[in-house]
Amino acid sequence: MSNPYVPRLAKVVEIRKEVGGPRPIKTFKMEFNDPNIRNSFEFKQGQTAMLSVLGVGESMFAISSPSTRKGYIECSVMNAGGKNTTALHQLEVGDTVAIRGPYGNHFPLDDWKGKNLIFIGGGIGQAPLRSVYMTALDRRDEFGDILIIYGARTSDDLAFKYELDELEKREDVDLRLCLDWKFGPGGKIQEEAEAGWKVINTEEPACTLDEDSLCSKFTCFVPELVLVMAPRSENTIALTCGPPIMIKFVVQNLSKLGFHPQQIYTTMEMRMKCGIGKCGRCNIGNLYVCKDGPVFTNEELKNVQGER
Amino acid sequence: MILPKNKLNHWLAALKKHDLFTPTRNGDVVLFSPFSGEKDVILEGRPTLGPKGILFPQTETLFTYRIGKNAEIVDAADKRTKRIIFGIRPCDARAFSVLDNLFKDEYQDTYYLNAREATTLVGLTCSQPNTNCFCTSLSGSPGERDDVDILLTDLGDGYYVDIVTEKGQILVDENYQLFSEVSDSDESRKEAIIADAEKSISRMIDSTDLPNKLGKIFESDYWNKTAMKCIGCGTCTYLCPTCYCFDIQDEIQGIKGKRARMWDSCMYPEYTIHTSGHNPRPARMNRIRNRVYHKFKYYHDNFDVHLCIGCGRCVDKCPVNIDIIDIITHVKEGAQ
Repeated sequence: MSNPYVPRLAKVVEIRKEVGGPRPIKTFKMEFNDPNIRNSFEFKQGQTAMLSVLGVGESMFAISSPSTRKGYIECSVMNAGGKNTTALHQLEVGDTVAIRGPYGNHFPLDDWKGKNLIFIGGGIGQAPLRSVYMTALDRRDEFGDILIIYGARTSDDLAFKYELDELEKREDVDLRLCLDWKFGPGGKIQEEAEAGWKVINTEEPACTLDEDSLCSKFTCFVPELVLVMAPRSENTIALTCGPPIMIKFVVQNLSKLGFHPQQIYTTMEMRMKCGIGKCGRCNIGNLYVCKDGPVFTNEELKNVQGER
Repeated sequence: MILPKNKLNHWLAALKKHDLFTPTRNGDVVLFSPFSGEKDVILEGRPTLGPKGILFPQTETLFTYRIGKNAEIVDAADKRTKRIIFGIRPCDARAFSVLDNLFKDEYQDTYYLNAREATTLVGLTCSQPNTNCFCTSLSGSPGERDDVDILLTDLGDGYYVDIVTEKGQILVDENYQLFSEVSDSDESRKEAIIADAEKSISRMIDSTDLPNKLGKIFESDYWNKTAMKCIGCGTCTYLCPTCYCFDIQDEIQGIKGKRARMWDSCMYPEYTIHTSGHNPRPARMNRIRNRVYHKFKYYHDNFDVHLCIGCGRCVDKCPVNIDIIDIITHVKEGAQ
């Protein structure tokens, strides 16, 4: 009987500073010390790993690297001020971490062959989505149109910038970025928009993208951009991860565009300790986010009763 | 078989070669403790705490490790010393059967399952159930034999020894000279004692269709009312033989450390609070409701058995008299 609580040691081989400021994000590229595990470790896009600085603690993170790339995994971690995320952010290349997993279910890309995919991310929510769209791009022929909508508070808060630049150049991906509105006493302040980020005023009726169809950088909220982009719902799957308030309005707007709850996938977060459905705390009703999630369709979430 | 009472100490002395745990007085409480002599063994009344902690310790080292250049991890799971829990009540034994479902599900919980396999349960019929016992409502009985390896029933001058499993058979075979044959009258006396004990249980719940019923009143104001007097002490969860929620923590001194798990309680806000500050169950109403739903709906949805064995300890010891039997009765009677 193998012991599911014992992690495997891994080395941090690369650290990328994604975002600075008060809520910094770093991506850690890690390789298992044991060459057998390094070569045999497999995961599916959307799955998670328990990442630990020994002596500090252990927390669950989405694996943000694509499942098609072998030999390493990446996790993108926001320093949220907790013990473990703070310790992770102090790591240097060559330091040791302990990893358990992969855990949970995944985004079922294999079921989506021939379909159009829409990725709608906000903030650190982009981490699990990145694993999925990078995997889908490694298997580009299998899917229809790919649209990526990604928003952050400011341009400094966008993660994976190095990749976004590459994605923007690709003809087979439609990438649209947006930065949040700034608010003042009178409401939205247009003048505060960053240079080069086109202001979209969705309060005007019949706002469409006609004149801006080539523009990829906007000032607006993510759910607004979804409405403006108005993707067709037929034969399409929408994946959305981000702050709960963003997801709420993204889902509302997708519904307006004709998306059925079964076409909308998201991930849930909960406090976790064991990662394997034993310790009790991450339940939504009778489902444990660690092992029954983190990926759920909106249909599934509508049907389960429980605090979240 | 029959074990004459004057042979009990001989049997305990023989079983002592294994890790033997017996109900033992400790100040005002009776706890399952390492056997220290027959005079300390308390076989009357229900022990204050069940023996859950012998298979699922309140604090348990998962592994030890060394950090730094020569980082390594040493698994601490493989504890297979044979243990005997002597005098476990049928309800507490049933709690282990209920918990097996969880610890075996998908990922095998090595620590619990190894300990479980290495443990023999010598049960004891509850001839005098407590006021708040309600095991018979959850398909248990003061004389239930299904969850123990041996069931003893006190006949006055001796114990009726009902051998249930091979594990139990071994403990008797190794000491066969202590036991005598059963007579027909022993058999009928045992039956009568169990029947009387069952009859003496006066508190009941109706658990049929409970998951479905609970599903319909999740948003009910009833949960607010019920939670009003809760002080969030968590006593109910610590006493409960089927509560299993745990925390995991690291402890380190210098370069040597260990990771341990310890009992946690869903009645505390820290149990679910996110690093962001968001708490899915911020109020005592959320936490009480989740506890009731976990016991009588969620666990049943997943494993087809309720996460409660009707021992009544949470009812007895709640400092503000929150009564799970009353709660279930209200739910069944149509709390809106």
